Amino acid sequence: MTTATYHAPASLSEALGLLAAHPGAQVLAGGTDLIVQVRAGRAAPSAFIDIKTIAGLTGVRRSGEGFAIGAATPCTALLKDAALCAAWPGVVEAANLIGSVQVRNRATMGGNLCNASPAADSVPALIAAGATCLIAGPQGEREVAVTDLPQGPGRVALQPGELIVELRLPARPMGGGDAYLRGIPRSEMDIAVAGAGVALVLGADGLCTAARVALGAVAPTALLVPEAGAALVGTRIDDAALTRMAAAAQAACKPIDDKRGTAVYRIHMAGVLARRAALIARDRAENNA
Amino acid sequence: MSKVLIATKINGEAHEFACEPSASLLDALRDDLRLTGTKEGCGSGDCGACTVTLDGEMVCACLVLAPEVAGRQVGTVEGIAEDGALHPLQAKFLEHAALQCGFCTPGFLVAAKNLLDRNPDPSEHEVRFWLAGNLCRCTGYDKIVRAVLDAAAELRQERAGA
Ligand SMILES: Cc1cc2nc3c(=O)[nH]c(=O)nc-3n(C[C@@H](O)[C@@H](O)[C@H](O)COP(=O)(O)OP(=O)(O)OC[C@H]3O[C@@H](n4cnc5c(N)ncnc54)[C@H](O)[C@@H]3O)c2cc1C
Ligand code: FES
Ligand code: FES
Repeated sequence: MTTATYHAPASLSEALGLLAAHPGAQVLAGGTDLIVQVRAGRAAPSAFIDIKTIAGLTGVRRSGEGFAIGAATPCTALLKDAALCAAWPGVVEAANLIGSVQVRNRATMGGNLCNASPAADSVPALIAAGATCLIAGPQGEREVAVTDLPQGPGRVALQPGELIVELRLPARPMGGGDAYLRGIPRSEMDIAVAGAGVALVLGADGLCTAARVALGAVAPTALLVPEAGAALVGTRIDDAALTRMAAAAQAACKPIDDKRGTAVYRIHMAGVLARRAALIARDRAENNA
Repeated sequence: MSKVLIATKINGEAHEFACEPSASLLDALRDDLRLTGTKEGCGSGDCGACTVTLDGEMVCACLVLAPEVAGRQVGTVEGIAEDGALHPLQAKFLEHAALQCGFCTPGFLVAAKNLLDRNPDPSEHEVRFWLAGNLCRCTGYDKIVRAVLDAAAELRQERAGA
């Protein structure tokens, strides 16, 4: 048990003030990483700053042509936004692979990102979709690509006193589709051995005009693999293109051996999952053409 | 560290309790409020023995800080039976022998009721995935799944008759 205090700010400025006033404070979103770490003695914040009580930080908003997802929005709430599910099904599915219903009713994508586990499921899907996050701190606001945030296991590029306000997804392009798949030893409640997110766009002629491939659990951080995306561009996502894409994805992997899988197995699975995710994304893109 | 005073509603009734700010809802329920139906299995979100509802959504009480429930609605296994009469889910758990040691049962009951409240006719597949966050060391799950499906059928009949 810690001696941390608990704070329920009503506004973002109040939350930033509390973070500044309490060195060693930590943001509390769903608590599904933070509370586990505190109980295990791996984190000892001086204060919990609960962002779920901040007005406007929970829920999905239209933002221009795209979407803004408040940092305190639990994963299951994403399922209730029909427009978001239609535009970015891969992101919503990835967030809803996390843990159990009990966990997903609390866990947020912002927390999944900030905890910076290499195997965080929502992160490759967000990177493939080209998501950014809006960060607020003592110096004001800045917008950063999700792919630039993780720095290594448990480390993100946030300055002291900063917090993520929202995740931003662009409008789904015409002819766009995305998907995320992970490999786990059981069918629920396990951590990815490898994960792959793919977002791509098909032109009117059926040729791929843009593709982003991101991998999880095969390196210290989730990886964007530009060479894998490039292997799909200009093709009909046919077998030869998928084979080149999978090979490029595998070439980018730098995994560890652990009880869930050997490095060799993780690399193999990364290619398999990227290929399958690309096929799902292609089908979705065809339906959106 | 000084304790904080929390006012909340549990199973529809107003309650007040004092706790350390970093105490879990699970500890507050069991130690301060003496509602010991909610169990602690793992304390890390893995087993679901501590499942309760928070404003109608099921969560692991071990992963909620007690001060978070101020002004909110908590539902525990103690709120499932009405006026001393077992809920059909509870009756079906007994009938199907869906428990042995019973340690996991409160969590399964809260989770299963939360499913049936929103989906009166779930498939076996839906029941199994909904309950994936609840572990049982004894039964092998099959009897639990059958009890939930049977209770769902009975509740549908009750509603059709009403
Ligand atoms: C039983 C169980 C199973 C799980 N299974 C999976 C799984 O299959 N796949 C998976 O990817 N993950 C899994 N997880 C972990 C997953 O639940 C978390 O990574 C979750 O997404 C974190 O979000 P949170 O809102 O709970 O964050 P919290 O625990 O509240 O916070 C996590 C960290 O991020 C910081 N933080 C949170 N929000 C912000 C913000 N807006 N700005 C700045 N910092 C912030 C916190 O200070 C803390 O350091 C599991 C967890 C449990 C308990
Ligand atoms: S005690 Fe809370 S999930 Fe196991
Ligand atoms: S009946 Fe013993 S753990 Fe389920």
